[in-house]
Amino acid sequence: MTATPLVVLENVNKHFGELHVLQDINLSVHRGEVVVLIGPSGSGKSTLCRTINRLETIDTGTITIDGQPLPAEGRGLARLRSDVGMVFQSFNLFAHKTVLQNVTLGPLKVRKTPKEQAEKRALELLDRVGIANQAHKYPAQLSGGQQQRVAIARALAMDPKVIMFDEPTSALDPEMVQEVLDVMVNLAKDGMTMVVVTHEMGFARRAANRVVFMANGQIVEENTPDEFFGSPRTDRAKDFLSKILTH
Amino acid sequence: MNVVLENLGPILEAFWSTVLLSVASAIGALVLGTLLAGMRVSPVPVLRASGTLYVNTMRNTPLTLVLLFCGLGLGNTLGLKFSETVTVNSYWLAVVGLSAYTASFVCESLRAGINTVPMGQAEAARSVGLTFGQTMTTIILPQAFRSVVGPLGSVLIALIKNTTIASLIGVAEAAASMRTLIEFNGNAVIPIFIGFALGFMVLTLPTGFLFGWLSKRLAVAR
Repeated sequence: MTATPLVVLENVNKHFGELHVLQDINLSVHRGEVVVLIGPSGSGKSTLCRTINRLETIDTGTITIDGQPLPAEGRGLARLRSDVGMVFQSFNLFAHKTVLQNVTLGPLKVRKTPKEQAEKRALELLDRVGIANQAHKYPAQLSGGQQQRVAIARALAMDPKVIMFDEPTSALDPEMVQEVLDVMVNLAKDGMTMVVVTHEMGFARRAANRVVFMANGQIVEENTPDEFFGSPRTDRAKDFLSKILTH
Repeated sequence: MNVVLENLGPILEAFWSTVLLSVASAIGALVLGTLLAGMRVSPVPVLRASGTLYVNTMRNTPLTLVLLFCGLGLGNTLGLKFSETVTVNSYWLAVVGLSAYTASFVCESLRAGINTVPMGQAEAARSVGLTFGQTMTTIILPQAFRSVVGPLGSVLIALIKNTTIASLIGVAEAAASMRTLIEFNGNAVIPIFIGFALGFMVLTLPTGFLFGWLSKRLAVAR
C-alpha cells in the first residue's frame, strides 16, 4: 500500500531554553500502525508525543495529520485535536464530571452529537474497556487503572484518527498495569493507529508494528520489535536494553 | 432599645433596600468578575492587559470615590439615567459602582481558583477538541468556582457591608436610615448603633455559614 502516512513529522526541532529537546525529527505513522516510542528519561519521547496535537509548540519543521498541516491556533487547531486522541500519564479525567460525562463531553460539545446517541455510544465504549458499571461515579472514586481506562474510552468517543499514549501506565500500581495494557492491545488488534510512549517492553513486543528508540532528542533507531529487541544496531540501544532487560 | 423597636418599620424597610442593593450588585460583580478573570488568563495579550489594568485601578481606588464618581460623574455630569424617579436612579447608579468595584475582588479570587485547577485538566479539554472558551466555561471555571466558594463568601460579606456607602449618593439603605434615626434621637445613639450592627450581622452571619457549608459540599475530589 502506498497511501500517504497519517502522521508525518519532518525536520522537527524544539528547544526548552538551552536544551535542544527535539533534534531534526523525521517520523511517519501509517494508518493502522502501532508505533512505540522508547528511550531513557529526558530523551524527548513525551515531548514528541505532545507536539503531535500541539500541546507543545515546535520551533521549526512541519507536522501534518492526514495530509493537513497542524494549524497554529484557534478553531482549526481545536478541530484537528478532536481527531487526535490523547491519553495522559496522570489520566486527567475531568474531576467535577462523572465517568459518563467525561466520555460524552467531547461528542456533545465538539461533534454536536445528540445527547441520547452520545450516551449510548459512551456506555458501549465503557463496556468495551470494562467499566460500564461505574458510569455514574466520579473519577476520584475509581482506581488508577479504572481511571486510565475511562480516559481511553474518552479518547475513543471522538472516533479519532490516531491516539497518542503518553506513558499511560507509568503512574499505575503494578497490579493495574495489565488491565490498561490489555485494553491497549485490543485496540491495536482492532486496527487503531497508535503512538505509544511507554516503558512496557512486553507491550512493545506484543502489539507494536515498529519500535522507535530515542535518546538525547534524536531518533537513534527504528525497527520492528523482533529486530530491535533481538539485535539492536546501535550501541546506545544495546546499552539501554541491557539496563532494562536484565531483571 | 425602645427607639429601635418603635422605628422597626422604617428600619426593616431600609435593611430591605440594603438586601436589594447587595443582591443586584452581587450578581453584577459575579458576572463582570468572571469575565475579567477569563480576560486575565486568556491567550490574547490585549485582553490580559486590559483585565489587569481594570483590576488594579478598581481594587486600589477607595469605594467612596467609585460611588461618588457614579453618583456625581455618571449621574449628574454625564447624565446617565436609569429611571425618572430619583431614588430608583440613585439605586442603579450605586449598583453600577458596587458591581464595578466588587468585580475586581471576585476576579482575583477566581484567578486564585483557576490556579488550583491542575494544568492537565486544560490539556485534556484541549485534546478532546474544546476551544479556549469551551475549556474555560465547561472545565476550568466550574472547578475554579468550587474551590473559591469560601473566599467568594468573604467578598460577598464585604459587599453587604460596603452598601452602606451608597447612602452617600442618596440611596435610602440601612446606614442612611441610621443617620436619620440618630438625628432625631440624639439621646439613644448607642442602642441605635447596636441595633444596626445586629441588623447587619443578621445578614452577614448566615451568608458566611451558607458559603462555608457550600464550599465543603461543592469541593472537587481529586
